[in-house]
Amino acid sequence: MATNHIGKPKNRVDGLKKVTGSAKYAAEFNAPGLVHGVVISSAIAKGRIKAIDTHDALEIEGVLHIFTHENTPGLAWFDLSYKDMDSPPGAPFRPLHSDEIQFNMQPIALVVAETLELARFAALRVKVEYEVETHNTKLADSLDEAIEGKGFRAGFEPPKSIGKFEEAYEAADIKLETEYFHGAEHHNPMEMHASTVIYEEDGGLTIYDKTQGVLNSRHYVSMIFGIKRKKIKVISPFVGGAFGSGLRPQYQLFMATLAALELKRPVKVELTRPQMFSFGHRPITIQKLKLAASPDGSLQAVSHSAYSETSRFEKYVENVVNWPKKLYRCENVEEIYKLVQLDMYTPLDMRAPGGATGVYALESAMDELAYKLNMNPLELRLRNYTDEDKGKEKPFSSKTLKECYRVAAEKFGWSQRNPEPRSTREGHNLVGWGMASGIWDAMQTPARAKARLSADGKLEVGSATADIGTGTYTIMTQIAAETLGLPMEQVTAKLGDSSLPFAFLEGGSTTAASVGTAVKYVCDKIARKLLKEAGKIDDSPFKGAKMEDVVFRDENIVDKQDDSVFIPITEVMKLRGLGTIQKKTTALPNFLKQNKYSRNTHSAVFAEVKIDEDLGTIKVTRIVTAIDAGRILNAKTAHSQILGGVVWGVSMALEEDSFMDHHYGRFINHDLAEYHIAVNADMPDIDITFVEEEDHVVSPIGVKGVGEIGLVGVAAAIGNAVYHATGKRIRSLPITLDKAMSEVSAI
Amino acid sequence: MRPFSYSRAEDIDTAVNEVTAHEDARFIAGGTNLLDLMKIDVIHPQHLVDITHIAHDTIENTEDGGLRLGALVTNADTAYHPEVEKRYPLLAHAILAGASPQLRNKATDGGNLLQRTRCYYFYDKTTACNKREPGSGCAAIDGYNRLHAIFGASEHCIATHPSDMCVALAALDARVQVTGPDGSRTIPFEDFHRLPGDTPEKDTNLREDEIITSVDLPPKGFADHYTYIKNRDRASYAFALVSVAATLEIEDNVIKDARIALGGVAHKPWRNKEAESLLIDKPADRDGFQAVAAAIVKEAKSFRYNEFKIELARRSIVRALMEASQTYQ
Amino acid sequence: MRNQPHETIEDVRSDAIEKHHISLTINGTSYNLEVEPWTSVLDLLREHLNLTGTKKGCDHGQCGACTILLEGKRINSCLTLAIMHDGAEITTIEGLANNDGLHPVQQAFIEHDAFQCGYCTPGQICSTIGLIHEGKAKTLDDIRDLMSGNICRCGAYNNIVKVVQEALENHKNQTP
Repeated sequence: MATNHIGKPKNRVDGLKKVTGSAKYAAEFNAPGLVHGVVISSAIAKGRIKAIDTHDALEIEGVLHIFTHENTPGLAWFDLSYKDMDSPPGAPFRPLHSDEIQFNMQPIALVVAETLELARFAALRVKVEYEVETHNTKLADSLDEAIEGKGFRAGFEPPKSIGKFEEAYEAADIKLETEYFHGAEHHNPMEMHASTVIYEEDGGLTIYDKTQGVLNSRHYVSMIFGIKRKKIKVISPFVGGAFGSGLRPQYQLFMATLAALELKRPVKVELTRPQMFSFGHRPITIQKLKLAASPDGSLQAVSHSAYSETSRFEKYVENVVNWPKKLYRCENVEEIYKLVQLDMYTPLDMRAPGGATGVYALESAMDELAYKLNMNPLELRLRNYTDEDKGKEKPFSSKTLKECYRVAAEKFGWSQRNPEPRSTREGHNLVGWGMASGIWDAMQTPARAKARLSADGKLEVGSATADIGTGTYTIMTQIAAETLGLPMEQVTAKLGDSSLPFAFLEGGSTTAASVGTAVKYVCDKIARKLLKEAGKIDDSPFKGAKMEDVVFRDENIVDKQDDSVFIPITEVMKLRGLGTIQKKTTALPNFLKQNKYSRNTHSAVFAEVKIDEDLGTIKVTRIVTAIDAGRILNAKTAHSQILGGVVWGVSMALEEDSFMDHHYGRFINHDLAEYHIAVNADMPDIDITFVEEEDHVVSPIGVKGVGEIGLVGVAAAIGNAVYHATGKRIRSLPITLDKAMSEVSAI
Repeated sequence: MRPFSYSRAEDIDTAVNEVTAHEDARFIAGGTNLLDLMKIDVIHPQHLVDITHIAHDTIENTEDGGLRLGALVTNADTAYHPEVEKRYPLLAHAILAGASPQLRNKATDGGNLLQRTRCYYFYDKTTACNKREPGSGCAAIDGYNRLHAIFGASEHCIATHPSDMCVALAALDARVQVTGPDGSRTIPFEDFHRLPGDTPEKDTNLREDEIITSVDLPPKGFADHYTYIKNRDRASYAFALVSVAATLEIEDNVIKDARIALGGVAHKPWRNKEAESLLIDKPADRDGFQAVAAAIVKEAKSFRYNEFKIELARRSIVRALMEASQTYQ
Repeated sequence: MRNQPHETIEDVRSDAIEKHHISLTINGTSYNLEVEPWTSVLDLLREHLNLTGTKKGCDHGQCGACTILLEGKRINSCLTLAIMHDGAEITTIEGLANNDGLHPVQQAFIEHDAFQCGYCTPGQICSTIGLIHEGKAKTLDDIRDLMSGNICRCGAYNNIVKVVQEALENHKNQTP
């Protein structure tokens, strides 16, 4: 069996479990005596709880306890204890801490009962009286209250202007000033957030949590409840989607842990779908762009400013305005990023946070500029193509964007484009083509991994990372198997377990580069040990051999110069009397090397839309995207990642909108019937090409990451296609039919 | 959900007796909307009478040449029934434009008529809603009312009826057969649903102890000239913003009969017979269609977020009539 | 039939939680069960029988994750009461594979990478099988529309469609 796996379109190693229903998610772990917790959410956005009457609820047989701020035991004193690995600057929300209501749908009580049905019923019988205070949830009306968007947060780059924007803008021939808006979005993974917490006899906890970082959950529980980390085990083998919603520990974890500790029983808390709208969203941004160019399209000045929303208690920041310097060659760039604090929960990183929205506005504005210049939008991008990050004044570690443009344009048939808007019809439909660029950061974070090779040639590798559908299990398996020349079937990857070696949160497209490298390194270590042991065998052909002299292939150590010279790995183990070989390692990014470069993934996206001229109904019919994401580890799962990103882009462009009713200060369409996520019937043909270039600066394994880049740019390409179809520039998302309907109609 | 007791009826009489005998009792068949609402405590009956075993689950020809849809036939079985497909394709189309295959496999024809509105505020107990809680006010009037009514709304309620099937039934002049303690009666479709007025808690004129036994389709199915257009926020599995069921009877390019029913625009499937009559004995052409569309939307009144519905309704009516005039099968 | 919640706790104790006997065949196994009226088929499977392959994505018929086959037809198990299905035959994701291995649709989901996180997958698979039995999907657009009752937040739709096309093709070849 061939043992070169990397890059191949391999089936998911966890596929069998997922298609048979045996993959277990956080709410699916059982334990004797398990009880159910149901969270009660506040009905107001701001104020105080005057009274909570739990009497009628507690009367019900089988209802065990109701936790409220009145009876929750004193927990950690300091806000700091509630900080997690993804906290933005500020003081995190503390569930059941006081009578204060800070946002609508704030969790205010947990009802615990013998059955789920009873807990839900009891929750209905809890009566809450509020003292209502005036809230403000309106970003657009509060811009004068804006504060600087700054502060330390992993991955956040505070805005930094370069050159002299005002002067250059004033002096330029062609100017464009435009404004973009998009609604709030919620992650809405299919699995609702849940935690099952088992109270162990020794006072320890086993926690099954929906999370993108088991170590983050463990840290959070440890700090708040004052339990030693080694007594807490957090397990999360499968995560039913997250897209950022699992980056921070959500309140169901707090609630289930609290109840398990107090009741000394296993407790499960699963949120409801409406409650999935209660803990963080992609924040609304109002973005202004000013672009100036010379008549040949060369950008002279760019100003990108964004106003965004956050809570009163935390300053959520993301990279909204930082992209022009990385995408285009322009000496004068102004970046302004401001936050308005409102009576809502803190926004939460959602797939390509900042990038999805900032690049949407930038790339829409670039399209406007192209039309203003009477220039092919692709030409405009190429005219301003940059091999250097203008902000950092550093070259890119790798960049195949130019080739992405070429490949995608060719596949799409862009050269056939009629430059005139509103020029193509098919029956009632106007047909439009649009394009956009995408960009995201490429990062490696520190990660550890361990591996154990058994005498029978079976290998287990593990790291405390997550697989939220991204394919982590599979790429870990591929890398480990290829490194040691094993069939994938002989390798088992472990993750989602806090007892495994450290990995950072599974997010930001960093996992393949980070955990992948750690897996590679630890397997290299085993390989070195094997080679050393092989050299000790009598008459070994590998006496004194170095790693560069051999390859690990087909379950053998093979002489690079002479295929016929090899030793089976199991022979080495047997002859050397080795039961197992175990190794652990840490893969740290090479900061010295990395700091010489700007590191990004890129994409070119082309979209075709058909819009019913009279009724405004929009169908995206084709998306062609080419992706610069470095080396692709698994052609199948990476393709799926990009596919998903594109679907998110379609959904973001046309459908998703968490609508805040400002009177109540509450997201009002809080279910999946009225918060529209794209369905199968919305899908276009999606054509994906990877333009690979191994990037050994971003990560030693050449990987740049594929989790977010598929999404970035898609909404802009669609919006630009809508303009091309209709001649109408719609500057707010989602582009629903009412916005797309023509002003006048023949019918 | 609050607890309730349960009994199963094997025939209509028992069902009616059971629902009268228990306080705060309801019938349950498909349950796809009832349970949805019970889970969020918008409806909280103390007793459910299971009527899925009372027969009335077939589709049969009626003596007058029409078709009788048993109340317990599922939406899916109705849409795919050969007689419906052949004689009432408008109805088949409308049903298949609604919900999802899974829901259509469970939801019944009787239950479809009794669906409650999808108004956000009706669904959210922390907000004011006269339909859910009479006297509490209407949060939608000054709230997010993109989905809401442009016809027949009142100061108490601006909700819309969400069904697609009912829009087709309205166009087809269906009749609803019901049975109660005082016997059976027939309710013309246009009288089945009601406008909100000052009692928006009442969606229909069905009495509380009455049960729907069938929906009867008159002989005329307009299989030659019909269209159902549904405008919505995604291509499938979404409620209508504006839908139009249009049927025409045309002889020598002269319109002999015309029906236009609108969905997603009022507390009931919306018809304006006076406007429809403008088409009669006129040629089937765009001018005529535009005139009738203009006449229908003339009385529309919009709110902050649903102004587009008026023009969308107008255009959809014209489009639907244009398409209906061209369907020959 | 007033629309008011129960007033007293006695109401609750007297009728509510009375259990009823039902028998169900789930994946070929008969179950004799005592169920409370308010238990949905979905909660019965997940919480009472520990058959957690059927997923809860919304509990309101808005996502399709809970799709099962009831008497061979696909339905949302969250929106139906267990008590109403005495004597019924239910197939869930756990009942599709047999001694010969995976159901062809399950295998095709793996081959086409028609899932990512896997949470909507059991529902998608049951829905695919239901769709094939219904026999109404003739075109690509039909498939897309008739699979729209199953939301996939990871966005695997186009790969799911490939599975359905393949399954329909195989079905056609098997049934002349």
